[in-house]
Amino acid sequence: MSAARPRSLWSDRTISILSPLVLLGLWEICARTGIVDVRFFPAPSNIIGHLFELASSGALWRHVGASLYRLATGFVVGCVPAIVIGLAIGLYRPVRAAFDPLISATYPIPKSSLLPLILLIFGLGESSKIAMVAIGVFYPVVINTAAGVRQIAPIFLDVGRNFGASRFNMFRTVALPGALPLIMTGIKLGAGMGLVLIAIAEMVGAKQGLGYMIWNAWELFDVQTMYVGLFVIAIIGFVMNAGFDALERAIVPWRKG
Amino acid sequence: MAGQTTTAELPDGGQAPAPKISLRDVTKRHDTQLALDRITLDIPASTFFVVVGPSGCGKTTLLRMLAGLDAPSEGQIAIANPEAGHPQNSMVFQGDSLFPWMTVWDNAAYGLTMRNVPKARIDEVVGHYLNKTGMYGARTLYPHQLSGGMRQRVSIARAFANDPDILLMDEPFSALDEQNKTLLHEELLRIWEETRKTVVFITHSVDEAVTLGDRIMVMTAGPGRIKTIVPVDLPRPRNVVELRHTPAYGELVYDIWAQLREEVDRARSREPGSKA
Repeated sequence: MSAARPRSLWSDRTISILSPLVLLGLWEICARTGIVDVRFFPAPSNIIGHLFELASSGALWRHVGASLYRLATGFVVGCVPAIVIGLAIGLYRPVRAAFDPLISATYPIPKSSLLPLILLIFGLGESSKIAMVAIGVFYPVVINTAAGVRQIAPIFLDVGRNFGASRFNMFRTVALPGALPLIMTGIKLGAGMGLVLIAIAEMVGAKQGLGYMIWNAWELFDVQTMYVGLFVIAIIGFVMNAGFDALERAIVPWRKG
Repeated sequence: MAGQTTTAELPDGGQAPAPKISLRDVTKRHDTQLALDRITLDIPASTFFVVVGPSGCGKTTLLRMLAGLDAPSEGQIAIANPEAGHPQNSMVFQGDSLFPWMTVWDNAAYGLTMRNVPKARIDEVVGHYLNKTGMYGARTLYPHQLSGGMRQRVSIARAFANDPDILLMDEPFSALDEQNKTLLHEELLRIWEETRKTVVFITHSVDEAVTLGDRIMVMTAGPGRIKTIVPVDLPRPRNVVELRHTPAYGELVYDIWAQLREEVDRARSREPGSKA
């Protein structure tokens, strides 16, 4: 198979690793040669150097830790009720009738526009940040979970009934695993939304966190720190997604391919 | 001979035992459409009862009502109480009914697990039926890793392992190729001989009906009524391949096909685009 060889060299994976490196290389060259203004676009090598400075001083870890704590707590607070309500919506018509209009009516509201209201209700402390993340996670998870239950083939519900599954076991052995592939899709979308919202929430009335770090850097015109913040958020998003992909492979082993 | 009933015919002329399954004027309407019309029927215990009929005659509806998954619009269905510790019925469904998210083992153990049977007993029973169906070696695999024939084997193991009082089978082999079908007929008969549970088996294949059944009920094209019930006096245990070479087999297939033919023609003449 001689045709396969050059192909594998330029495999999709190779290209997707090379493309950001090439971009960074170009950026570095442009910054060094003065083609771009380093006040706005500092050279990547400088940004990375600054990242190590912030990391060794401990400042970076303080911000990362605060953001991750809020993200994780908000994720659990939003995700757990979303799965329970989503399963109930999918399984029981009256629950669907009760929740569907509420969800459809509130879903289109941009979640970031809720921040003032959330600050009003929860104050400037941790709980307002956690609430923002929870709201962001809740919607994609509840919608995908309900859709996941509804796409379960009716024959599986018949099997559950015919083999004497109790209401609880119907949840546990049919609805939950049957909806799991779509629940995981919802969780990935929700986690991404949570990351967006935590950055926004931390820009207002926070004293630490990556969002605060970025906002504060803008106020001080400390562009390098701003880039470090953006870079770290990108890394968190990437690692989070890879983690959920691995989790999905582990808990949805029946998904083909 | 609509409305004909059958009772156990005992060679010694003694009292017929109470039927295992008894239907009285069972009627089912889907909205206003009549699907089943006054089915009255007794099925004795330990009978392999086969129902054949043209597509859309309400065979599956009948079975779903026996399973308790649907309720009749009118009439009564009585199923003799099972012995303590047995579920009343288990169904082998048409098409893919194994949970994709469970291994072969967990699928086969499903009914027992739902009934909180002790683990040691589950291991014993499920192991037995997975061995019988030749699926023990595949017990850790997921359904998508199996062929259609293997999936139906697991589905049969799941129903038998549940140890129900009656077994309901809804065209379990209709999606399989001829070779697989013959193998599964042999396996099913072998397992059935062990327990002789009451079976209600639905099919559109006359060959399958004669191969497996003690009695064959032919249904009319919709609305479904009982056209006739034919006893199958072929000896047991049956060798599926040998059986098909005997004259008695050929005659039965011919007779039943002749009965069914009228109904299939009637059903076709009602399809849109037909000349009738």
